[in-house]
Amino acid sequence: MQNNSKLIFTIIHFNICACGGDNAMMVGYLEKIGRSVLELLEHLGAVMMLIYETICQLKHPPNIKHIIGQMAHLGVDSLPIVTLTILFTGMVITLQTAHEFIKYGAQSTVGGIVAISMGRELAPVLTGVVAAGRVGAAITAEISTMKVTEQIDALKVMATNPVGYLVVPRLIACMIMLPLLVIFADVIGTFGGYLVAVFYSDINSVTYIQSINNFMVVHDVTGGLIKSIFFGAIIAIIGCYKGLNAANGAVGVGKATTGSVVGSIIIIFVLNCFLSLILYR
Amino acid sequence: MIKLVNVHMEFKKEKILKNINLEVKKGEVLAVIGASGSGKSTLLRLMIGLLRPTKGEIWVNGTEISKLNENQLDKIRLRMGMVFQYSALFDSMSVGENVAFGLREHSNLSESEIAEKVREKLKLVDLEGYEHHMPNELSGGMKKRVSLARAIAFEPDIVLYDEPSAGLDPIMTAKIDGLIVNTQKVLGVTSVVVTHHMESAFSIADRIAMIHEGEIIAIGNVDDIKNSDNPIVRDFINGSKGKTKEDQG
Repeated sequence: MQNNSKLIFTIIHFNICACGGDNAMMVGYLEKIGRSVLELLEHLGAVMMLIYETICQLKHPPNIKHIIGQMAHLGVDSLPIVTLTILFTGMVITLQTAHEFIKYGAQSTVGGIVAISMGRELAPVLTGVVAAGRVGAAITAEISTMKVTEQIDALKVMATNPVGYLVVPRLIACMIMLPLLVIFADVIGTFGGYLVAVFYSDINSVTYIQSINNFMVVHDVTGGLIKSIFFGAIIAIIGCYKGLNAANGAVGVGKATTGSVVGSIIIIFVLNCFLSLILYR
Repeated sequence: MIKLVNVHMEFKKEKILKNINLEVKKGEVLAVIGASGSGKSTLLRLMIGLLRPTKGEIWVNGTEISKLNENQLDKIRLRMGMVFQYSALFDSMSVGENVAFGLREHSNLSESEIAEKVREKLKLVDLEGYEHHMPNELSGGMKKRVSLARAIAFEPDIVLYDEPSAGLDPIMTAKIDGLIVNTQKVLGVTSVVVTHHMESAFSIADRIAMIHEGEIIAIGNVDDIKNSDNPIVRDFINGSKGKTKEDQG
């Protein structure tokens, strides 16, 4: 172990020397790291400020018409892509597990395993990722286009707070619609598993359903739903933040949209890990 | 009505406006002229609180606005309207919804009263019957007129125009100029018009202020500016009139 550490240090030292032992280069690297960290902290601070402002705006009665419009746009329109993604995921999970489990005579656990994995992880995370791609991108593209065409300024000039008008309805819509999409995904994913289990892996349909009854508890679903509320909030907040801070021009809109999707997906994966630790320990 | 006292504005250490002192009197049309990048639009955005000055005071209707929070600013903004350079119409809403926006958000008028107001304002800008059109179905000049109708829908005391004739043909420019004068006459509003079209400025303004490299270098009525001795002002006026090929040698 000690030898390995020595070896690593020697390699690093050699690399520094090989680069001319140039302190300026090291300083350059450190500056870059420092700048990235500062940038990250700046973004984090700005997102926190947006969350705070959004909470402050929740004091005002939200526009129900806007919220319903956003729910239809962001939630209902996502059903086809969520269905496709989760149906095939449920089928593949069963395909992989059933084959191995039948070998050990554990086919009576396949339904339970598929349903639990759907409820706890796959449905919330995959729906979150799909929504980040579809809904988050749509939110950012719309708001960033409004930003670069001065429509956000027009809102301010007309004494309308952009956070209250744009962020609040999207946040509420995402926090309501994502859990609903996850409930739908739970059913579709488990049904996908059922199709493969019964028609491909020759597991009895009663065995599959009985297995779900035996192994699954309510918390397997509610935990996933709690996660999806957080994921919905992240998608809306990051989507709006990136949109409201887009740089000018078409390039700015493109960059903001990409940043929104990538940022949301990364945060969803990281947060999922922590939420799983809290919810299922 | 609007008063700027020792206003300075910097972006990333670059000085955009330097020591601006300017007063816009009630009911007048003040044209702010100057080359692109001279700080005209920044001045307009400071007046409506979209930007905060680095230093100095901005008074609107007797209230110093530079240190107000957004909620306090909103109360001031309700008495102001703005026509943006590229119209800034909400592209997801129809023309009628755009004009009705402020009324729906900030008044207790019924839908029929709002529809009546929208019709009235669209008539004022010669776009009666266009309520159900979408912004992408309109020409640049029509969008500017809808933007003006939206700006005056709440019957403000002050209307700010950011390059109202930018990108328009001479006939439409004259039409927009006519509307600005008409709006001032009919509604008695105070107007600040940022433009680099000298002909527009001469035809609509009661007074003209010229900004050069962030400073006001000349201010006065139309004749004062026309007869200005300042070489920069003279160059700007002559350049705006357009030199012929023969003039350029």
